[in-house]
Amino acid sequence: MTGTAHPQTPLSRRSWLARAGAAVGVMTLAACQRGQTISESLRVSAEALTRRSQRLLIPREALAPEYQPSQISPFFKPNGSIDPAASDYVALKDGGFADYRLMIDGLVEQPLSLSLADLRERPARTQITKHDCVEGWTAIGQWTGVRLETLLEEAGLMPEARYIVFHCFDALTQTEEGPRYYESIDLVDAMHPQTILAYDMNGQTLGVPNGAPLRLRVERQLGYKQAKYIRRIEAVDSFEAMPGPRGGYWPDRGYEWYAGI
Amino acid sequence: MTDGVIETTTPPGADPAPDRHADRPLPGGRVDTYRHPPLVRISHWLNVTAVVVLIMSGLNILLAHPHLDWGTDTNFGNHWLDIPPIPNWLLLPQGRNLAEARHWHFFFAWVFVINGLIYLAYGFISRRFNGRLWPSRADLAGFWPSVKEHARFHFPKDEEARNYNVIQKLTYVFMILVVLPMMLITGLSMSPGFNAVGGFLLDIMGGRQSARTLHFISGALIVGFIVVHVGLVVWTGFVNNMRAMITGWFVLEPSAPANDDHKGDAS
Repeated sequence: MTGTAHPQTPLSRRSWLARAGAAVGVMTLAACQRGQTISESLRVSAEALTRRSQRLLIPREALAPEYQPSQISPFFKPNGSIDPAASDYVALKDGGFADYRLMIDGLVEQPLSLSLADLRERPARTQITKHDCVEGWTAIGQWTGVRLETLLEEAGLMPEARYIVFHCFDALTQTEEGPRYYESIDLVDAMHPQTILAYDMNGQTLGVPNGAPLRLRVERQLGYKQAKYIRRIEAVDSFEAMPGPRGGYWPDRGYEWYAGI
Repeated sequence: MTDGVIETTTPPGADPAPDRHADRPLPGGRVDTYRHPPLVRISHWLNVTAVVVLIMSGLNILLAHPHLDWGTDTNFGNHWLDIPPIPNWLLLPQGRNLAEARHWHFFFAWVFVINGLIYLAYGFISRRFNGRLWPSRADLAGFWPSVKEHARFHFPKDEEARNYNVIQKLTYVFMILVVLPMMLITGLSMSPGFNAVGGFLLDIMGGRQSARTLHFISGALIVGFIVVHVGLVVWTGFVNNMRAMITGWFVLEPSAPANDDHKGDAS
């Protein structure tokens, strides 16, 4: 560059803007060439920004709002699967879930296999919370269950464990062969005081439409993270170890894995 | 005020290094005046982009559950308002797609928030907000006369057009300090993550479904503003107004046609 340039002229500002525009264009093109659509690139940036800022601004233990018994919704809309078709589930359901065993394995020192009676023997937490569906509706329900942290401490998480995966009985296609629902959360949410595996809803045994015999409540995220019909809980070190590429049935289909908004 | 004569802000030739942004006299008694600094222009157009994307993707999100309620939960038996079908061309992406609409919505929500914070910080620190937007007592005293003038579609010219009139000031202040922040607060209050620290906002609004309905109402106010704003931009001189928001320079027209102007004024 020669010394005669006029850095303050509108032309230099314009060329700066042109360069900035070109840079954004190149980044977008690069993202698209990696096989991502524009909307996919937007998801990656916005989800990272939202997750990081929420993790930064919201204390680890900050509780989701809890409600009064009078505020419980008269109708808690069952959504997604409401009666799983898988034969292993149907057999358990027909036996009143007496033969149900929750498996906890993966990166743990001591894998566990727990019956519903085993789960009910452990300390319980009851909470009245709101359920925010990604579609926009809200329902308030009372949940009783055992804290996930209690079970993970019992099993002993290995140091390399970073995510907890919930494997479910149901396939949203309502068929035997359909891809089964799964979800995953990180250890911040796994250890949160309100993160429970619920076996009771509104003071009664959890019904089939709402996820019997056991469902997850992770109260600072949207409804699709609240996995129903849980059969197995697995500790893993990365997304590669999960059934799908993005850590959940709906995340694999374009929704955010971090569903705090 | 002298009819048809526009005062220039600096005496010509008085300063050996004249202000780049001083008034420039034009033929016919018109005056080119510098109105919008670069940051205001850039933030205006970023905001236009963000708000348009947010409205279109927001409508797509709304269609996933096209009902509005008041209170802490959804009253499935009896909604407060049922949203009619919305034509595809108003949606982003085109056609119902909740997952992708959310990607657009949250990305441009970040653009809207960061851009808005920079604009507000600039407006307050530079005192521009006080000088150009906050109505004075004299402005407020002239509110009803100004309403009457506007109702007859008489818009200020020459010196009076140099600054925003009282209706403009009140509208901009209401949008910038009330409606746009409402949009952000009601939107954030639908976030189950944010509720863990901002739950008191839900209580103030009366619950998450109230927050969702208020989010929609603020959005409708923004749409109403856009319709009137764009209408007036076109009515009061589309080219001049667009030039002002692109280059910063705005032409003040004399209130009476000057002698050498062969064309009559449209007013």
